[in-house]
Amino acid sequence: MRVDGKGFVNRAKAVSFSFDGKTYQGFEGDTLASALLANDVRLVARSFKYHRPRGILTAGSEEPNALVTIGQGAQAEPNMRATVQEIYDGLVAKPQNAWPSLAFDAMGINDWFAPFLSAGFYYKTFMWPRKFWEGLYEPIIRNAAGLGALSGQTNPDRYEKAFAHCDVLVIGAGPAGLMAALTAARAGALVILADETPQMGGRLLAETHEVGGKACHAWAADMVAELQGMDNVRLMTRTTVTGAYDQGTFGALEKVGHHIADRDDDLPLECFWRITAKRAVMCSGALERPIAFPMNDRPGIMTAGAVRTYLNRYGVAAGKKVAIFGNNDDAHRTARDLAASGVEISAYIDSREGVALDGDFPVYAGCQVTGTEGRLGLENITVRKGTTDLMVSADCLAMSGGWNPSVHLMCHMNGRPKWDEAIQSFVPVDGMIPGMVAAGSAKGVMDTGGCLRSGAQAAIEALGAIGLDAQMPDIPQAEDDAYVISPLWMVDLGGKAKHRAWLDFQNDVTTKDIKLAAQENFKSVEHMKRYTTQGMATDQGKNSNVAALAILADATGRTIPETGTTTFRPPYAPVSIASMGAGSQGKGFAPERFTTSHLATLQRRAPMIEAGLWYRPSYFPQAGETTWRESCDREVNMVRSTVGVCDVSTLGKIDIQGPDAAAFLDFVYANTFSTLKIGKVRYGLMLREDGHVMDDGTTARMGENHYVMTTTTAAAGQVMKHLEFVAQCLKPEMDVRFISVTEQWAQFAVAGPKARDLLNLVLDAAIDDETMPYMSCADVQVAGVGGRLFRISFSGEHAYEVAVPARYGDSLFRLLCAQAEAMDGGPYGMEALNVLRIEKGFITHAEIHGRVTAFDIGFDRMVSRKKDCVGQTMSGREGLHGDYREQLVGLKPLNGQQALLAGAHVFDVADEAVRVNDRGYITSVGYSPTLGSYLGLGFVQNGRARHGERVKMVDHLRKAEVICEICDPVFFDPEGGRLRG
Amino acid sequence: MVKLVAQTPCHGLLPISLGDISLTEVTPQAIFSYAPFAGQTRGASEALKTHHGVAMPRPGRVATKEDVTAMWFGQDQVLVLGARADAGLATFGAVTDQSDAWAIVELHGAATLDILARLTPVDVAAMRTNDTARSLIQHMSASLTRLAEDRFQLVVMRSMARTLVHDLTMAATGLAARQKIIQE
Amino acid sequence: MRLPCPICGDRDRREFYYMGDAVALHRPAPDAGEDAWDDYLHLRDNPCGRTRDLWMHEAGCSAWIVVERDTATHEVFGATLARKVKR
Repeated sequence: MRVDGKGFVNRAKAVSFSFDGKTYQGFEGDTLASALLANDVRLVARSFKYHRPRGILTAGSEEPNALVTIGQGAQAEPNMRATVQEIYDGLVAKPQNAWPSLAFDAMGINDWFAPFLSAGFYYKTFMWPRKFWEGLYEPIIRNAAGLGALSGQTNPDRYEKAFAHCDVLVIGAGPAGLMAALTAARAGALVILADETPQMGGRLLAETHEVGGKACHAWAADMVAELQGMDNVRLMTRTTVTGAYDQGTFGALEKVGHHIADRDDDLPLECFWRITAKRAVMCSGALERPIAFPMNDRPGIMTAGAVRTYLNRYGVAAGKKVAIFGNNDDAHRTARDLAASGVEISAYIDSREGVALDGDFPVYAGCQVTGTEGRLGLENITVRKGTTDLMVSADCLAMSGGWNPSVHLMCHMNGRPKWDEAIQSFVPVDGMIPGMVAAGSAKGVMDTGGCLRSGAQAAIEALGAIGLDAQMPDIPQAEDDAYVISPLWMVDLGGKAKHRAWLDFQNDVTTKDIKLAAQENFKSVEHMKRYTTQGMATDQGKNSNVAALAILADATGRTIPETGTTTFRPPYAPVSIASMGAGSQGKGFAPERFTTSHLATLQRRAPMIEAGLWYRPSYFPQAGETTWRESCDREVNMVRSTVGVCDVSTLGKIDIQGPDAAAFLDFVYANTFSTLKIGKVRYGLMLREDGHVMDDGTTARMGENHYVMTTTTAAAGQVMKHLEFVAQCLKPEMDVRFISVTEQWAQFAVAGPKARDLLNLVLDAAIDDETMPYMSCADVQVAGVGGRLFRISFSGEHAYEVAVPARYGDSLFRLLCAQAEAMDGGPYGMEALNVLRIEKGFITHAEIHGRVTAFDIGFDRMVSRKKDCVGQTMSGREGLHGDYREQLVGLKPLNGQQALLAGAHVFDVADEAVRVNDRGYITSVGYSPTLGSYLGLGFVQNGRARHGERVKMVDHLRKAEVICEICDPVFFDPEGGRLRG
Repeated sequence: MVKLVAQTPCHGLLPISLGDISLTEVTPQAIFSYAPFAGQTRGASEALKTHHGVAMPRPGRVATKEDVTAMWFGQDQVLVLGARADAGLATFGAVTDQSDAWAIVELHGAATLDILARLTPVDVAAMRTNDTARSLIQHMSASLTRLAEDRFQLVVMRSMARTLVHDLTMAATGLAARQKIIQE
Repeated sequence: MRLPCPICGDRDRREFYYMGDAVALHRPAPDAGEDAWDDYLHLRDNPCGRTRDLWMHEAGCSAWIVVERDTATHEVFGATLARKVKR
């Protein structure tokens, strides 16, 4: 019910929205919860386990009950809290966990079985038969219990991530936060003030007292206006600081688009901030806790502070006839404000004796609420004084069990808060988070004047720590009423209690569950929590943990401090997975790396494959070719008979210079490079220190102290880090410098019997065997451009790699392809490249996969014993060579048309294909058009001694078995005559 | 005689204007890296000053003289933009041609800092003019240099030019959409 | 988490590559024997408290650094260039 003259919603702007299929009107500035209450809608949800009717409990992000699904189709977002969701024109909200309807929920039957569904019920009941758990019990239980469901469609919303840096981060913009921010800002610090809600002011927006002679909300507005005018202050509304992390890093979730109707596609729905702050002041306020009395979960039963918030901030009376039940003086304000607004108060019940209250309503001191009635919403409450029960009519019950400081963020780095007897709650301890101090009610200060002072003091402390002088500002006059509380965790009716009293509303945990846990010896608070699921819902038990702890303490005969607290972990409030991965949707997931020939390759309709971050052509289809194999076979034949062109720019290229360049290479490579002559190229094998192969490639000597190293595409980054490690950490005395030149050069392999003929068409000075023998390199002029030429081969053919500055890559690729085609050659892709190298037994990272030694691939003799190098010592250790090692071999199916499969395992023909008989595995396969057979490379135990023997390849997953012959890994041209041309 | 045609790293991608934000490609005449050998930092700096007019900048700084900019680029390494290396430099350090290795983009406009705050963990607002940092832009290793209050130079590997433009565009359009709801 | 790069200053953790215990700096001589090599390569203390480990400022200046920190409190005490530690 709307109350005239109260609240800050914009009554000039009506907003139409729908809930559970019905259309309602609210005002701009309403949350879904305030708008529903204004429309007298009390039933908004069904509970998680018992499907009990539930309403709105709170007015903030701690809400356990009022979870709804917002939006429709792919954009539907489940588990949104009605107390946080702002309404906009056309908003569609749907209830969750109810079928067929919210008012009649079939699963409400669970509630009738409640006596059987206590804590640990599932574990005790569905133990047998064991295999029924996954298939039967669990799906049924999961279906019955639960929150909202995802749409199952791709989320089209955009999420953003961002970084912010400041001197002082102030978390929460209530009285303490505003004062802290102002103090820090006036001292010249860079300040970020973050608040969960759209409007800064915190409790000052929900109360009616005065600050500095003005209404407290007006004072807050003035403060915000002053802060807004300062260049060194960033105000972040709708931003929840969700986690405190190491070295002053904080996570914060900003809701950017949740309140916008007809959002622009570009508008982020949420932004996840990483805020780095030199100091932080936690002014996160306090949360009110309910009281556990029988049937305390009916719609209409709310916290007293929330009732006040709805009245004062939103101009909504949460009921027409409100009863109030509390154990502390703060609840008196709810009575006072409601009475002043003309809302009928049917009873004020205070558990403390002798409490007097002015007002035109009945006051029951020393009484408790012992029961409630009303099927889908509160109708009556039972008040007990001594042994007398009294029925009081009420459609809303405002309850207050006291306030808990929001210490959560302070606990994110494993800090433990301490028990404060005076306020009957936990308060932060200094140093729980390095660099963060608490202020205001988050620290247990419960009066406004105290909060203002505490905020300013905390800011001064924070500023002092970063060397900024700050003045204590004038603290405006504000209420400093004492907060008097006497503990009341639950209404105890002894053994006669017929009805349950809820603690954790979201996970449906009752006082009985906690007692049962204690009884079954789950006495540690962490055990109790897991056994009962207390505090494990999305609200992390913000309303209920302290009371649950108190009840556990009572049941186990310990004090609360002895019982301890559970651990609060990030995030403080739920964070969508999408916002955690913000910025990484679609093409934001990883960089795409394109070679200079990319466009020309696409124009030739080549399908691209990803090689790490790079995109490379799979094959270049020609007219009439219908399968990749046809194209691949043609390209292999082309390279073997005429000439092929392939972009190899993706291989890592590292420019190495310095007086110790040669010595450095001798140390990082297993073989020797100091003996390499200028103008020559050598294959190099790089080991890890543990003796296994890291990478391989060719390295060219361009000058006395100048080399260019090539790495594989896959390991380019790893090798660069390794070289930096060796140079900085192992051999800092060596004078060597290196830098990647991968991106500087566009490099193309030109391979085949006509390779030189092709090159001589583009080189300014023709080459021959004399000027450019096998394994040589030279600076050349390519069509007038300075480039480099390497006579190396990964295909076994007479081949070169020609490099030009990348700006000419596109042009040179097109030129080489055109010239090659005039010779019946052309470009070739990764598939053909793979077949060509398998035919020659050349290895890639399929073979040097991390568990392979130089011995395994037959390169043991490359590991020089004349010098130390990375991996040398360990490559000689026991276990890394011998006939028990799986050694590189070629595998050829007896029937050449039977496909081999990479990843399949190798067994002796007579053996059963089981793990203990495993003899090895296949790493690379391809169909060789040259030899008319499938070929494979792989590793077989003692394989080098078994050439000519038969084994069987078995692939259990793909159901294949092929008899093959072990052979030398070099299938084609073993003498290498073609290489040398 | 055939002639090779040059293409810049951001060929076909830039320039772009989004509201008041502009992205333009920068193509210095030549770029080289210079890494002094052990104990040769002073000699290298003097050689650089003699032949190209700029001394070796301190870590995190950029030095400019006419068309030549010497930009700190990492431990013991500067990137010199706008000149071909004089042969006299090689005595004191490793000179490597990097003319074609980098995509260089200038980001200009009032939202420059806000755009970068969405892409890099570095505190760009705290950088002064001629400050330079190596860091990340989204997932890419990058160099960021503040040229003016509202102008940054961004450098990423040439092969990632398209991703750089994509990432900057996403950040800029998201901010523009935010701006719209604030104005409404 | 942030680490103090001796060259670049305090930087976000995501710019760094983690290697492990700074014991990797102390490579045994080739003839140090199997135990020394086994220790160097494979055996690591797992302290609750102060530790020194190697990180590389990979997306920054490329320096390898030795970071002293506490595995229990996550406090970072400081960082030194690895090549200076080594010399």
